[in-house]
Amino acid sequence: MADEIIVDIEKRFPGGATIRANFRLNLAAASTAILFGPSGAGKTTLLRSIAGLERPEQGLIQFRDEVWFDHARSIHQSPGLRKVGLLFQDYALFPHLTVRKNIEYGLDHLSKPDRRRVSDEVMGLFEITDLADRRPREVSGGQAQRVALARAVAPRPRILLLDEPLAALDVPTRARLRTELRRLLEQIRIPSLMVTHDRTEAISLGHQIVVMAENEVRQAGCVNEVFRHPADAKVAGILGVETILRGVVVHLDAGLARVLVGPTEVCSVVLGELREREAVLVCIRAEDVTLQRDKHKIESARNHLAGTIQSIESDGAVERISLDCGFSLVAIITRTSREDMGLGIGTSVTASIKASAIHLIRL
Amino acid sequence: MDWTALGVSIRLSFWTMVVLLFVGTPVAYWLAFSRWRLKFAVEAIVALPLVLPPTVLGFYVLVSIGPRSPLGRLYREVTGDTLPFSFKGLLLASVLYSLPFAVQPFASAFGSVDQRLIEASRCLGSSSWKTFRRIIFPLSLPGVVTGMILSFAHTLGEFGVVLMVGGNLAGRTRTASISIYDDVQALNYNAAFQTSMLLLGVSFAVLAITYAMRRTLWAAWPTR
Repeated sequence: MADEIIVDIEKRFPGGATIRANFRLNLAAASTAILFGPSGAGKTTLLRSIAGLERPEQGLIQFRDEVWFDHARSIHQSPGLRKVGLLFQDYALFPHLTVRKNIEYGLDHLSKPDRRRVSDEVMGLFEITDLADRRPREVSGGQAQRVALARAVAPRPRILLLDEPLAALDVPTRARLRTELRRLLEQIRIPSLMVTHDRTEAISLGHQIVVMAENEVRQAGCVNEVFRHPADAKVAGILGVETILRGVVVHLDAGLARVLVGPTEVCSVVLGELREREAVLVCIRAEDVTLQRDKHKIESARNHLAGTIQSIESDGAVERISLDCGFSLVAIITRTSREDMGLGIGTSVTASIKASAIHLIRL
Repeated sequence: MDWTALGVSIRLSFWTMVVLLFVGTPVAYWLAFSRWRLKFAVEAIVALPLVLPPTVLGFYVLVSIGPRSPLGRLYREVTGDTLPFSFKGLLLASVLYSLPFAVQPFASAFGSVDQRLIEASRCLGSSSWKTFRRIIFPLSLPGVVTGMILSFAHTLGEFGVVLMVGGNLAGRTRTASISIYDDVQALNYNAAFQTSMLLLGVSFAVLAITYAMRRTLWAAWPTR
């Protein structure tokens, strides 16, 4: 059963901005929703309001059929009653308690042997059994993240809230832990809501996305859909318009990867580690796709995909063109160049994309 | 050399310290976490003994626990005893007199515990009491110990309040500092000298231990 969360709140800061958020999400068991937006857009405040750590001035927060917050009826449940698991940006592990005691902290309702059984189980799942007797200062950043996640997950929360879980780490560790976090979130099968301002994290971890800008929710929906069809120019500016596809690496050679996406093969420059037969997300920004009417010129782009135009959406001077070239691809061109080329729905075109413009994200 | 008076001093200081641990902790907790608009007034009242002449404090305590005051009458009805010029009366006065020396270090220690640890505890379903017991208090231990030692040392040296509330009853309310005064009045300089040296030594030792702990033990304390 999917868990529905309804948020419609206003939170004021003394002498500062007012954050307005209005969205509803259906969270399936192992799915992650992303709260996306630039720094200072009010994402963390929104997350803290959902957790019950902040009290909004107006509105309603509802989870399933439970009212967590209702200003009109003066309902404001405590974080404990909401049964949420919150992962803090810098983990907030209790520094004077061992890893095991940190994990058992939220398990007071269980008997001592049960607490031990649950903490053993969770530590096994997160592969931190060796750290049981260490204190937080004696574990690395990546380990601390797993301990914090284990602590949040141990009491079986109904929803997991993650506040920029990878921001505290250095860049190489971040890439590794992103893959790991994805795997862990899939394993524990608790729906999660995650704050981030990193597009790669949003794409690789999220199933749904809520885009915030200037203290407001601008758009909510499936990650693929939102990236492909941003609701307005502001959202498009924050996210970029992007085609996101699943693919499999079929061949690696000299820093280039050939990736099979549906029936079509694309060629991409490899940055970082990658193995053959590995599943990846293939990301192509609409600005990087150029269109030609016929395929005869030789140019520097490595990918030339034949396709037909499915739809044209106008966004002022530029237009978003959806193509079918074995998979669905979005390109952005100006209206004048579309008119010059005489493109319309059903026209056959060739889409060219440089290998360096195709971004692969490991799954 | 008045060993009995020194014994009274140490007993008084010890019990003042113990009472302040239990009385000062909730006051400090409230001061550290309350968002009440008029909190500053309470802070000022708690700090008052720092600047008030001990005789003024002692005078008010004496009047308010006297047999004609409501408090004094109640106490006599319940216990059949009177508070002025007794050890318990002295203890009450000392607790008030040393209150800021305990409450201020407690409150600053509680207040400097990382807010996110408190929030993490709440998100894991803990009550305020459990959060205090398991997170705030253990992480504040250096501050709590400092406050206890300061209140002990401060009580050890009190004079004006003791004189006003306790009088000068040997073995009951005559403390070391009063015995020094008595000796000087009686031109018994030798005894005054010895008791003074002892008080100086004890006070120095207590403070030296506090500062040594701050450097070694608490430096490794897992507060962030």
